[in-house]
Amino acid sequence: MLILRCPYCGNDVDETDLAPGGEAHIRRHGPGSTDAELTDYLFQRENPRGVHFERWRHAAGCGKWFHAARATDTLQVFGTYSAQTTEPPQEIRDAITKARPGWSWREFS
Amino acid sequence: MSTRLPSHGRLIDRSAQVTFTFNGATMRGYAGDTLASALLANDRMMVGRSFKYHRPRGVVASGAEEPNALVGLGQGNRFEPNQRATTTELFDGLTAVSQNHWPSLDFDIGAVNTALARFLPAGFYYKMFIHPQPFWKHVYEPFIRKSAGLGRAPDSEARDADTYEHFHVQTDILVIGGGVAGLLAARNAALSGARVLLIEQTAHWGGRAPVDGGTVDGAPVDKFVEQIVSELETMANVTMRLRCMGAGVYDHGYALGYERLTDHDPDAPGPRHRLWRIRARRIVTATGAIERPLSFAGNDVPGVMLAGAMRDYVVNWGVAPGRRVVVATNNDDAYRTAITLKQAGVDVVRVLDARAAGGGALMEEARSLGIRVDPGRAIAKVSGGKRVKKVAICNQDGIGGAREDLSCDAVAMSGGWSPVVHLWSHCGGKLAWDEDRAHFRPDPDRPPLGADGRGFVVTAGAASGALALDAVLDDAAAAGKAAAKAAGHSPRRGKTPRGETTPEAAMEPVWLMPARADTPLRMKSWLDFQNDVKVSDVQLAAREGYESVEHTKRYTTLGMATDQGKLSNINGLAILADALEAEIPKVGTTTFRPPYTPISMGAIAGEARGEVFQPIRRTPMHDWHERNGADWEPVGHWRRPFTYLRPGETVHDAVNREVKNTRENLGLLDASTLGKLVVKGPDAGRFLDMMYTNMMSTLKVGKCRYGLMCSENGFLIDDGVVARIDEDTWLCHTTTGGAEHIHAHMEEWLQTEWWDWKVHVANLTEQYAQVAVVGPNARKVLETLGGMDLSKEALAFMEWKDGRIGEFDARVYRISFSGELSYEIAVPASKGQAFWDALIEAGRAFGVMPYGTECLHILRAEKGFIMIGDETDGTVIPQDLGLSWAISKKKEDFLGKRAQQRSHMTDPNRWKLVGLETVDGSVLPDGAYAVGEGVNANGQRNTVGRVTSTYHSANLGRGIAMGLVLNGPDRMGEVLEFPGTDGTVFKAKIVDPVVYDKDGEKQNV
Ligand SMILES: [Zn+2]
Repeated sequence: MLILRCPYCGNDVDETDLAPGGEAHIRRHGPGSTDAELTDYLFQRENPRGVHFERWRHAAGCGKWFHAARATDTLQVFGTYSAQTTEPPQEIRDAITKARPGWSWREFS
Repeated sequence: MSTRLPSHGRLIDRSAQVTFTFNGATMRGYAGDTLASALLANDRMMVGRSFKYHRPRGVVASGAEEPNALVGLGQGNRFEPNQRATTTELFDGLTAVSQNHWPSLDFDIGAVNTALARFLPAGFYYKMFIHPQPFWKHVYEPFIRKSAGLGRAPDSEARDADTYEHFHVQTDILVIGGGVAGLLAARNAALSGARVLLIEQTAHWGGRAPVDGGTVDGAPVDKFVEQIVSELETMANVTMRLRCMGAGVYDHGYALGYERLTDHDPDAPGPRHRLWRIRARRIVTATGAIERPLSFAGNDVPGVMLAGAMRDYVVNWGVAPGRRVVVATNNDDAYRTAITLKQAGVDVVRVLDARAAGGGALMEEARSLGIRVDPGRAIAKVSGGKRVKKVAICNQDGIGGAREDLSCDAVAMSGGWSPVVHLWSHCGGKLAWDEDRAHFRPDPDRPPLGADGRGFVVTAGAASGALALDAVLDDAAAAGKAAAKAAGHSPRRGKTPRGETTPEAAMEPVWLMPARADTPLRMKSWLDFQNDVKVSDVQLAAREGYESVEHTKRYTTLGMATDQGKLSNINGLAILADALEAEIPKVGTTTFRPPYTPISMGAIAGEARGEVFQPIRRTPMHDWHERNGADWEPVGHWRRPFTYLRPGETVHDAVNREVKNTRENLGLLDASTLGKLVVKGPDAGRFLDMMYTNMMSTLKVGKCRYGLMCSENGFLIDDGVVARIDEDTWLCHTTTGGAEHIHAHMEEWLQTEWWDWKVHVANLTEQYAQVAVVGPNARKVLETLGGMDLSKEALAFMEWKDGRIGEFDARVYRISFSGELSYEIAVPASKGQAFWDALIEAGRAFGVMPYGTECLHILRAEKGFIMIGDETDGTVIPQDLGLSWAISKKKEDFLGKRAQQRSHMTDPNRWKLVGLETVDGSVLPDGAYAVGEGVNANGQRNTVGRVTSTYHSANLGRGIAMGLVLNGPDRMGEVLEFPGTDGTVFKAKIVDPVVYDKDGEKQNV
């Protein structure tokens, strides 16, 4: 029963009011992409013990999608941010570095 | 025998006598008794039988940890099995029955299991199931079935007579446990100004400290409890609840409290149980400690009891569990029991102290009262069937050669105390092994972590491993302050109350008594009393290769009973560690899972039962349907009429009547449940081109188009008619079940992929009532009502128009899901019933009948129209369904396009949609598979297709069906075999899916 702060409405939201949306920052591959790209896009997911980036929707509230950076092992939340970005903002990366120096996730660190 | 004492009993009111029954026998107790103390006062020591061997079982503990004294409580709609007598407060009229025996508690046939014990070793079930033998079927199985199950399930006709509710609470600090530690921690936290919620599972504040004695700031513990409780009661920022157990601790400071409001007073008004759903910034667990049994032969004979529990019965309830008591211990605390018993006039026959050097000051005090203490001695064996008769004593450091028999009727045992670490552990708090006290205690450096990455649980008092009163108070005072500080408040400086108690000599771990007990003794030394797991079982598991404590637990069922091993786990893993020649902390503990003790299903459900379990969505015409014979079908959260039953009709008759009437005269369908999403904005057309497989941006204003929606995996997820309202507005119809998730699907893509596109989506489903007016007389009835021109010329097929029909503002879509002349008419929801009434009234002259969803299905199936959820199941793509015409070739991209290019999606051997016509006109079974040549690797017939929709068509007078068949469209005329589930084989010919009005002449008039 996590609590995440919705960056749109500013509320600390109980997990029961949220809908999970899986991994964040996945790049869409449409027509013209290779089979490998499509496979990555549709099926390949990170499953880290530690830093992870996720999509959540404030489903029973303002309805907005947002991203959360958190640790899957300790449940620490490093921050939440707009879903309208292709990479984690610098302040989120800094917050993670403070708690977990040397972290990396996919191409981000 | 066990009996009520003339003295003691701090919790009972001797002026208030209470009557209750146990197995039908009337007994008396006092207000303040638990069922267990009252049973003991009535000399009822044996209260049940064990799960596996049906051995006689007596009360062994005095609280939530009790494994044995489980009873069935109440009657009829209030009957509940497996209730602990030790946590059941006595009330007048209570009825209890014992469990796990047949035919009676005192004479039980299943007890012969004991004789079979050597045939029922650890892993018995696994071993038997792996090697089925005739013996199993004819001997074991009937036997086990008779004796299986814990308690009796309530009658299947019974309905819980009580009500329950949920509370949602936010607090700065939650303190779980209202003993001296919890009280002090709560006070220190509250003094900082933080909001504090303090919950205690029993009906009393103070925990067991008042029983154990000692002083706080020079006064008796009772006095301290009284003072601090009244102080807390005056604080506005403190909420206190008795009879409220901390059931579980979860992520980010979520916790569950389980409050039993009327269990002790069943006639009181209000809910019986309340589930507290708590969000706390910090949680203090002041959950105390639980005493460990000693593992000696016969430690399960009724009359053998935990030493601390025996002390509770004397001090709290004025009950002596025996007249002549032997005490066995490895620590000083049990001497408190010996002293208490002696002072209450009970004969303490002997204290057997397993420590060669004996104890400290408490031992001396016991001796000074004339109690004989034998250091270095142990119990070799307890004898007695339904009650302790005698104890054979031996050297602790030996194999159990008996030196002496002591006649007695009760045994108090103490193997030391273990902190209650459950709530600390639920959410990931780690444990440290305390060598000196031989227990696991919370490791404060590895707490469960919250969202901020810091620990959110602090332990206080005995729950931290601080067992002596002075240490308890010091630890709790600090815990309260630490929690307040962590929750963002400034704790006040102040003096910590000073506890004083007799100092104790060091305990010595004793995991087996005597230390090298021989096999016959180990086979009678119980670890898990409820599930009948013995020392020998755990040792056998280790010999058979079970090294993980989690595996051993499951193999032996150690700790898997309703008490979840509160007494047995540490002893069991110590035995396992010994057998594996490993250190105890290396073997580790099993996982602690919530709830701490079982909570009622009623409390979990709360108010969500009956009509409020799930709200029902109703169309504006719902009540009319109800009054006119609707046979309801749930569709999502909606209820839709399956058909409208007339007096004397069967469902089949009614459906056939509706099907024929709609084709021949006039039918009305309440289509209000269809999803209606408005998509609007400068980029709406571009957006819909991505959402649908076909082109929507080119749709002309005033026109409609049937559209398909696929997931990014390429699979068909929804369909419906899209109407273009104006230059930048489209109205998308979804399936009834699809409105919400298709709306969410659109939002997801808009917000997370194309967030710079200017589009809004609004769900207008409930804003409109929509009626399908269907059949050859459809235009006539609308013309009778008057208003807008609905001629073929004014409104052609697949067009829509706004206007007035009679006195109603209406939007009319000329679309058809039946193949008939059909208008789908939307009016404001508030006008829905009036519009429906007007249609029914005007329709009388034209043979109007309302029709339900089954008629809708049959009409569409006759036309070969697919239904999402029938023809699709998440693995079907439009190309499978002959819908390639609805997939744009021009568009560069749409959701699912790339995935549909995958090799498996373009495989010519995908099963494709066809019609199926039974050779004899019968109706194919839904979901039946067509079988082909040969068998698969499992020896099953190969399958070549399956039925997706199947009905009786009253119009054609025979069964019609659709299905997906291997190379189906190329096999027209071929007859397939569909085996039924009863051995019959259905034969059906592959035909065109459209079996009615192939050229569409009926709808195009
Ligand atoms: Zn929000």
